[in-house]
Amino acid sequence: MTPELAIILTACLTATACAIVGTFLVLRKMALIGDAISHAVLPGIVIAFFFTHSLNSLPMLIGASLFGLVTVALIEALSRTRRVAEDSAIGVVFPALFALGVLLISQRAGQIHLDTDCVLYGDIAWVPFNTIVVGGVNLGPRSVWVLGAVTLANLLFVLVFWKELKISTFDPELAAALGLAPVLIQYLLMGAVSVTTVAAFESVGAILVVAMLIVPAATAYLFTDRLWLMLTLAIVFGVLAAVSGYFFARAFDFSIAGAMALAVGVWFTLAWLFAPRHGVVAQLVWRARLSVRFAGELLVAHMADRNEPSLPVRALAGHFRWREWFGRLVVRDLLRRQLVRLDKAEVLLLTETGRQLAREFGREASAANSHDR
Amino acid sequence: MWSFLTDNPNLWYVMGGCAILGVASGALGCFAVLRRQSLLGDALAHAALPGICLAFLLTGSKSPGVMLVGALASSLLGALFILGIVRGTRLKEDSAIGIVLSVFFGGGIVLLTAIQHRPTAAQAGLDKFLFGYAASLVPRDLEVLGMLTLAVLAVLALFYKEFKLLAFDREFGAAMGFPMRTLEVLLTALVVVAVVIGLQTVGVVLMAAMLITPAVAARQWTHSLGLMVTLAALIGAGCGVTGAVLSGAGRNIPTGPVIVLAVTLVMLFSIAMAPRRGLVWSWVRLWRHRKKVRLENLLADFYRLGEPQQDWKRARTLPALAIVRGQPPARVARTVAQLERSGLLASENGQWRLTDTGLEQARRILRNHRLWEMFLSRRLELAADHIHRDAEEMEHALSPAIVAELERLLGQPAMDPHHKPIPVVNPKSEASNPQSS
Amino acid sequence: MTPTPQTATPPTSTAAAQRPSTPAVEVHDFTVAYHTKPVLWDVDFALPEGKLVAIIGPNGAGKSTMLKAILGLVPVSAGWVEIFGKPAREQRSIIGYVPQRESVDWDFPTNALDVVLMGLYGRVGWIRRPGRHEREKAMAALAHVGMADYARRQISQLSGGQQQRVFLARALAQEARLYFMDEPFAGVDATTERAIAGLLRELRERGRTVIAVHHDLQTVPQYFDWVVMLNLRLVAAGPVEKVFTADNLHATYGGRLQVLTQAAESLLKKGGPTG
Repeated sequence: MTPELAIILTACLTATACAIVGTFLVLRKMALIGDAISHAVLPGIVIAFFFTHSLNSLPMLIGASLFGLVTVALIEALSRTRRVAEDSAIGVVFPALFALGVLLISQRAGQIHLDTDCVLYGDIAWVPFNTIVVGGVNLGPRSVWVLGAVTLANLLFVLVFWKELKISTFDPELAAALGLAPVLIQYLLMGAVSVTTVAAFESVGAILVVAMLIVPAATAYLFTDRLWLMLTLAIVFGVLAAVSGYFFARAFDFSIAGAMALAVGVWFTLAWLFAPRHGVVAQLVWRARLSVRFAGELLVAHMADRNEPSLPVRALAGHFRWREWFGRLVVRDLLRRQLVRLDKAEVLLLTETGRQLAREFGREASAANSHDR
Repeated sequence: MWSFLTDNPNLWYVMGGCAILGVASGALGCFAVLRRQSLLGDALAHAALPGICLAFLLTGSKSPGVMLVGALASSLLGALFILGIVRGTRLKEDSAIGIVLSVFFGGGIVLLTAIQHRPTAAQAGLDKFLFGYAASLVPRDLEVLGMLTLAVLAVLALFYKEFKLLAFDREFGAAMGFPMRTLEVLLTALVVVAVVIGLQTVGVVLMAAMLITPAVAARQWTHSLGLMVTLAALIGAGCGVTGAVLSGAGRNIPTGPVIVLAVTLVMLFSIAMAPRRGLVWSWVRLWRHRKKVRLENLLADFYRLGEPQQDWKRARTLPALAIVRGQPPARVARTVAQLERSGLLASENGQWRLTDTGLEQARRILRNHRLWEMFLSRRLELAADHIHRDAEEMEHALSPAIVAELERLLGQPAMDPHHKPIPVVNPKSEASNPQSS
Repeated sequence: MTPTPQTATPPTSTAAAQRPSTPAVEVHDFTVAYHTKPVLWDVDFALPEGKLVAIIGPNGAGKSTMLKAILGLVPVSAGWVEIFGKPAREQRSIIGYVPQRESVDWDFPTNALDVVLMGLYGRVGWIRRPGRHEREKAMAALAHVGMADYARRQISQLSGGQQQRVFLARALAQEARLYFMDEPFAGVDATTERAIAGLLRELRERGRTVIAVHHDLQTVPQYFDWVVMLNLRLVAAGPVEKVFTADNLHATYGGRLQVLTQAAESLLKKGGPTG
C-alpha cells in the first residue's frame, strides 16, 4: 500500500465512521454533545496511552471511550440539579476534562509520543508508517484496520438498531411507550460516538473530529428528509471532503486535518447556497414567487370579504402600500390564474374562480383551527 | 517555599495577565450564561483563530492590537454564520455552533501551517494561541491587555442597564424602542475582546471554561446580577492568579489547564455548598422532610389502629405497628424511639401508646389527609381511588392557613370520600408544631 | 362561505361615529406570515381610546402575533398599523407592554423592584442609571399591585400570580397611554385575578386604553368592553354587547362545543355584558 493511499483510506474511513453517528447527533440536536465528547475523551486517551503505550489499540479504544460516557453522564447530572442550564453544563464539563488531559500530557512530556500538537491536528501524515506486523507479514497501516473496524461496528450498530434509533430520534416518547428503551439507545449512541472520536483521534485530532461528525450530516440534512438517504449523503459528503481536503493540503503543504475540516465547510457552504429545496438560492426564488402569489390571494380575499368585487388598478399601490412594480407583478399573476379580470377602465373584477378561491380560504381558516390541539 | 515568587519576576506578569483575563471573561460570561448562549463563546473563541492567523499573514506583526482586529473580524463573521444558518436553514443552533466552531478552527489550522512554512523567524509562537502562552507574557503585553480589559469593563458599565434588559427580557426592551439587535452585536463584540485577552493566557480551546464556569459558580451565591458579575470577575481573577502561581511553582505545569481546573473546582464547590442554592442544603432539607414524614406517618398509624374501637390511646406492640407500616420492626423501633423522645409516645411495658399531645398531633395529620381527599374528590372531581397517594404527600405539607381555607371551601365536612370520619382538632393545639426536628 | 359573522357595522365607522378623535389603534389589511404560512390574514380594525379590549380566538389564531406585530416585534407581510394616528415606532413612549409570563427566565438573578425599574429604562434614556426618583416610582407601582412587601424578593421565589403582578407593575411604571398585555390572566390565582381586573377598571377610569390577549371566554363580558375576535382572519371587532354573540363565537371557535356552552352560560348569567 502506498503511503498516499493509506492516508486517503484512513481519512475516508474516518469520514465514514463519523458521518454514520453524526447523522443521529444532528437529528437529535446533540451536535454539541458530540463536540463535548470529542474534547473530553482526551484524558482517557492519555491515561490509556500511559498503560498501553500505543494509540489505536483495542484496550485503549474502550478505556478512552468510557470517558465519553462519563462526560455525558456528568452533563446530565449537572443539568438535572437545575442549578445549571444544559448549555452551560456542556460548557463547564468538557473544558475541565480537556484541561485535565492537557495537564496529564504535559506531565509526561518527553516520555511519550503524544504532544499537544497531535491533540489539535492529529498525525495523519505518520499513519502509513505505523503498521501491523503479524508473524513477519506486514498487514498494512494499523489505523486503516482500526478505523475500518470502527466503521464496520458503527454500521452494524445502526443497522441492528435502525428501528429503535429512528423512533427514539424522532419521537422519544413513543419509543418509551413501545418499550424500546430510548435511554439505552441514547447511551449506546454516545458510546459509539466516543469510540469513533477516540479512533479518529490519531488521524484528525480531538477538535477537528467535530467537523467530521457534524458538518457532513448537517450538509446531508439540507437535501433530504429520508433517514437512510441522509445517512448515505452524509457519508458521501464526508468522503468527498476527506479526499478534496487531502489533495488541497498536499498541493499547498498544509495540515491535512485542517484542510479536511475546511473542505467540509466549503461543501456545506455550497450546499447551503445551492441545495435544491433548502438552499439559499432556491429559497429566494421560491419566496419571491410565493410572495407575489400570496399578495394576490390576499387581494382576492380582500375583494371578496369587503364586497368590493371591483378595484381600480391604480388604487392598489395606495391601498396595500405595495410598490408599483410589485402591484403589477401581482395583477399579472392573478390574471394568468384567471382569478380576476380587467375591464376597459383598468378596474379589477373578481371572476367566479376568484370567488371560489376566497370561499376556500374561509374553509381553510376553520379547518386550521380544528387541527390545532 | 515561596521563594519562586521572588526568584522569578516574570511570574508577576503572568499572574497579572491571568487575573486580567479572569476579570474580563468572568464578567462577560455572566451575560452569555444568562442568555443561554454559553457555547456561543466557545464558538467565537474557535472562530477567532483564522482571523488571528490572517492578520499575522497580512501584517507580519504579532502585536495584540493587530490580533484583536483579526480576531474581531473572524469571530463576528462566525457569529454571523451561526445566525444565518439558524435563520436560513432547517438546522438548529447546536449544529450551527458546531459547524462554525470546527470549520473556522480547521481554517485556522490550515493558516497556521501556512505560516509555519514561511521563512520568517517571527512565525514562532502563533500556535501558542491554541493553549495560551501565559508563561511568556511581558510588561508590554500586560499594558495592552489591561487597557483592553478596562475598555471592556467601561463599556459594560456604561450599558449595564441595557445589557441587563437584553438578558432578561429582550422583547420588552424592543417594545420600549431600544435597538436590541445592536446591543446584541455590541455584547458579542465585547465577548470577542475577552476571548482575545484569553487567547494569550489560556488559549482558544479552554476559553469556554473561562467564560462559563465562573458565571455558573457566581450564580450560586447571589440573587443580584450586579453581584453575580462582580463575583464572577473575582472568581476568574482569583483562579487566574492561583493557576499562575501553581504553574510557576511546579515544573512543566501549563498555566491554562491549571486555571481551568481551579475554576472548575470553585464551581463544583459552589454548586454543592452555596447557601440556599447549594445541593447539600437541599439534600439536608429533603432528609429533614423525610424524617418528619416518617414520624408523622407512624403517629397517623396509631390513630388509624384505634379508629375501629375508638381506643386511640391503647398501647400497641412493635410487630403490630411494623405490619401496618409495612416496614421491618427494627426501622419502626427507631422511629418509635424518636417519637418517644419528643413526648408524643409513651412506653408501657414494652408497648407504646399515644400521649395527649401525640393524639392531638395524630388527629391533625389525619384531618389534613382527609380534608385534602375531600378537596380532591369534591372540587377537582377526582375518583375516590386515586386520591389517597396524593393526600399521603399533602398531609405533611399543609399549612394552617391552607387548612383553614380548605375548611371554608368544603364547609367543615364530617366524613371523607371513603366515608371515614374526619377527626376534629382542638383549636388551641392546632397551631402548635410538635416536631422536634 | 362559512356562516357570515355578524360584524357590528364596519368597526372603523363605529369608532368614527362615537369619537371624532383618532382611534387608539388602527390596523389596516394586516397580514403576518412566518415563512410562508399565514398567521394573520388581512385583518382590519380600529379601537377607540379609553376602552378595555380583549383579543380572543382559539389557540394558534394569531392573538399574540397580533400584539407583537402591532408593537413591531414581528415583521408584517402586508398592511400597516397606526397608534394615535402615527406609526408605532414614533409612539413607543406612550405604549406599555406586558409580555407573556413564560417568555422570560424567572431564575434570572434580580429582584421584583429591579424588574419594575426596567419599565422606566425607556424614560431614563441611554447610559443614565435609574435614580431615587425612579426607585420611588417603581415602589409606588409595586404598591399599586399589592406587592410592596416583596420588592426585594428574588423573582424566582414569587408565585406565578405574584410574578404576573410584578410584570403589571412594570407596565404601570411606564405610565403609558396605551397598554398591550399578552394573556395577563393566564395561570394566576384568584386573588391576582381580582387584582388585575381591578387594575384594568382603574386604568379605564383614568382614560387609558388596554388591549389584552385573553383566553377565558367566560370572563370577557365581565372584564372588557371591546372585543376583537380572531381566527387567522378577523371574525368581528366591536363593543362586547354588540359583537360577543353566539354566532360570532361559533365563527371564531368553530365546532368547539364546550367552549361555546361555557360562553353562552356566562352570557346568560350576566344578562348581557357590562357596558
